[in-house]
Amino acid sequence: MTKQIRQLDRVVIRFAGDSGDGMQLTGDRFTSETAQLGNDISTLPNFPAEIRAPAGTLPGVSSFQVHFADYDILTPGDAPNVLVAMNPAALKANLADLPRGADIIVNTDEFTKRNLAKVGYQSSPLDDDSLAGYVVHPVALTSMTVRALAETKVSKKDAERAKNMFALGLLSWMYSRPYSSTLRFLERKFAKRPELVAANIAAFKAGWNFGETTDSFSVRYEVKPAKMLPGTYRNITGNAALSLGLVAAGVRSGLPVFLGAYPITPASDILHELSKHKRLGVVTMQAEDEIAAVGAALGASYGGSLGITTTSGPGVALKSETISLAVALELPLVIVDVQRAGPSTGLPTKTEQADLNIALYGRHGEAPVAVIAPKSPSDCFHAAIEAARIALTYRTPVILLSDNYVANGSEPWLLPDVESLPDLRVEFATEPNGENGAFLPYLRDPETLARPWAVPGTPGLEHRIGGLEKADKTGDISYDPANHDFMVRTRAARIETIPVPDVEVEDPDGDARVLVLGWGSTYGPIGAACRGLRQRGLPVAQAHLRHLSPMPANLGEVLRSYDRVVIPEMNLGQLAHVIRARYLVDAIGYNQVRGLPFTAAELETMLEEVLKNV
Amino acid sequence: MSEPIALKLTAKDFKSDQEVRWCPGCGDYAILAAIQQFMPELNIPRERTVFVSGIGCSSRFPYYMNTYGMHSIHGRAPAIATGLSVSRPDLSVWVVTGDGDALSIGGNHLIHALRRNVNLKILLFNNRIYGLTKGQYSPTSEVGKITKSTPAGSADAPFNPLSLALGAEASFVGRTIDSDRKHLQSVLRAAAEHQGSAFVEIYQNCNIFNDGAFEQLKEPATRDDFLIRLEHGQPITFGSDGQFCVVHPPGGFGLKVLETASVRPEEIVVHDATVNDPAYAFALSRLPGLDLRNTPIGVFRSVDRPSYDSVVQEQVAAAKAAVTETPEQQLAGLLASGDTWTIS
Repeated sequence: MTKQIRQLDRVVIRFAGDSGDGMQLTGDRFTSETAQLGNDISTLPNFPAEIRAPAGTLPGVSSFQVHFADYDILTPGDAPNVLVAMNPAALKANLADLPRGADIIVNTDEFTKRNLAKVGYQSSPLDDDSLAGYVVHPVALTSMTVRALAETKVSKKDAERAKNMFALGLLSWMYSRPYSSTLRFLERKFAKRPELVAANIAAFKAGWNFGETTDSFSVRYEVKPAKMLPGTYRNITGNAALSLGLVAAGVRSGLPVFLGAYPITPASDILHELSKHKRLGVVTMQAEDEIAAVGAALGASYGGSLGITTTSGPGVALKSETISLAVALELPLVIVDVQRAGPSTGLPTKTEQADLNIALYGRHGEAPVAVIAPKSPSDCFHAAIEAARIALTYRTPVILLSDNYVANGSEPWLLPDVESLPDLRVEFATEPNGENGAFLPYLRDPETLARPWAVPGTPGLEHRIGGLEKADKTGDISYDPANHDFMVRTRAARIETIPVPDVEVEDPDGDARVLVLGWGSTYGPIGAACRGLRQRGLPVAQAHLRHLSPMPANLGEVLRSYDRVVIPEMNLGQLAHVIRARYLVDAIGYNQVRGLPFTAAELETMLEEVLKNV
Repeated sequence: MSEPIALKLTAKDFKSDQEVRWCPGCGDYAILAAIQQFMPELNIPRERTVFVSGIGCSSRFPYYMNTYGMHSIHGRAPAIATGLSVSRPDLSVWVVTGDGDALSIGGNHLIHALRRNVNLKILLFNNRIYGLTKGQYSPTSEVGKITKSTPAGSADAPFNPLSLALGAEASFVGRTIDSDRKHLQSVLRAAAEHQGSAFVEIYQNCNIFNDGAFEQLKEPATRDDFLIRLEHGQPITFGSDGQFCVVHPPGGFGLKVLETASVRPEEIVVHDATVNDPAYAFALSRLPGLDLRNTPIGVFRSVDRPSYDSVVQEQVAAAKAAVTETPEQQLAGLLASGDTWTIS
């Protein structure tokens, strides 16, 4: 039959299934196909902390949402236009997020009495009218996959497992995606088991062909490529971009990179990625605990490496004492905190921005450090380089506050020229800097206030450093009250005077009276909400902080030039607290800690209320 | 290979300009002097020697050595030193720690450094008391120890540091005493020559809070009957007249001290520090009684095992050897890896 082809400007698809159904992989592949086509993309995986929660239950549901469009987009989309539900649990867990009229593709094979009962359905929602208002496409995904693979050499179990590729084939047909990259991917992934390559490709093609021939899908959609800057792109997650940024910092500084890390969700992927780059001199050490991880990184920095440790909130708490030591030693150190919902173990696979306080203040004594937060997955690359730049130039610990949303979300990334990246070369001390050949380890550079980095192995510069208070210049142990006062103030000034770029304000018409201030991963939803308001003729300004310590010099002036400042955060108002204290601005917080990013729609509704009252 | 140049360093070269601030009479002075006198023997330039310590009286040590040094935080010296040693295999890295620092707050880092066999020389000054915090019991204090924090006597059993190190499969384990300079230097010499982790327990007297803790091992009247001086390849006999010996009784798991006259010479254990099975050195570590009788000193164990540092550096070297591009070219390739697309 001839299918109708309809043009769309944007689509949001959510793939949902059991954690064993391969939904992350399916979403990933669909994203990659979509990227090849040149759409702008943003993705949001959402998975349980359990590796395999009991099959078919609500806690076991894993999903992957992809938003793609023919224009530039900022978020993975508020509500899916299409839900692929691989079982009753996936349907039940996601239905509330669907707007009326959305398409639902269900795997009818899984809608058995037993599976329905597991999630509390008395009767099948496919048989009653509970899905009225949606466009339901019942597809016997599992049995059709098994039938399609009847002639192949795989077991029934392996055949059933290929049902995600059937679903991917169907969706790829529905949205006219180019699929050669998926076929290549399957060949790579199952290189050691050719029968699985054949089976998965057969399942994919069966899904595609099903779409082409069945009556239950009468429309095919197209989303034209977005207008994007010329260049070469790849789709990248925040954790991958952050890892590459750290590798790039090593190359651009000419220093060996040393990562000390202890596995922790959602930061472990950075350890995995960096462990692959030994040929670039990257050394990774899986330490015995979080404390050893940061200790080893600091030891490596002392020896002249770019010392890095990666973790999430609970790990930052454990590393606190060593970060304070690094403040006292005035050595470079990059601490990456991929935030997750806390306190304690909290929601390890869900996002939150509640580690701003611990990053800014979570140490004993007066122990200021620099703090930076990336605003999007691809921005993690540049934020990592910036963190390394500050650490190396100013000889200080820098905390890089990523979060689960940017870490696991993905978007297209315009690949930078290596030559255009910042030059991070440093000069180690090689000569005595005092009278009579003396070496003064705490004699500072007047401009940066950084002390010399004299690495072991340098003749004539033998010296001792430690956590005890040091005398100015000589670094000798000092209990002198005036010296301590001076050193505390100097360490504070060292951070406070780091030059950081001014915060930029997006206010296209220049007539906004309300400023929305954000930091980190809320950039996308805030930006999308502001665009929505402006399209409706409601002026609103957006500013986003990358540097949280020190803050941009123009921030106070920017804040004071608006009648109202609104600060949406995925915490209970940590940035708002700082802004109110530092700038005496009556900022309004908008706070949510549901483990999920803001939707643009809710921010738009909230901001509209604020605008009404200005 | 050319002959190494003799650096002609002296003990004085290893003394820093900092005033030593241990209590008068502290055993740490003797250890410091012994090490400063010993270091020139290694013929390692001062700039390539690093002392890393934690917190405690002993951990002030790096300030007094005219080498590179870091006085770090409580218990973490092995972790910090691991990062330094792995990333800088050209350095000679020494860790100075105490019984509280290494066995209480830093126990985890100690056992993992030993397990990994990081190329560190770890010197544990054991005085069986907390000195810097003014006299609480430590994880090596005897049960029932009456201190400021345990007025009714401590209730918990102590660690045997050597047993612990051997349980972590340390490749080199030794023990010596602060007051016996010659012996101390002989153990340090063996430790310095060892590739991988070398763990040396040094019995050290705290004359303020736990004076005389090891007196029987030092007093000329008692020491020969209390101390077992281990020597590789020699039958283990001791006592003022060699009247005691160590045997491996049939049917038992451990070693036992008997009177030499009561056993046949071939029954006496001949010390072999290179026995791969740590059970032998462990049995030696279990010989002392609560009264310090039968305390072995010397090198318990010294076996060859690849160091963590060398394995890591070999992996990096092998990966680098396969590369012909510049780092910038490699990075450009890395950034553009995976599925890419181009918009013109």
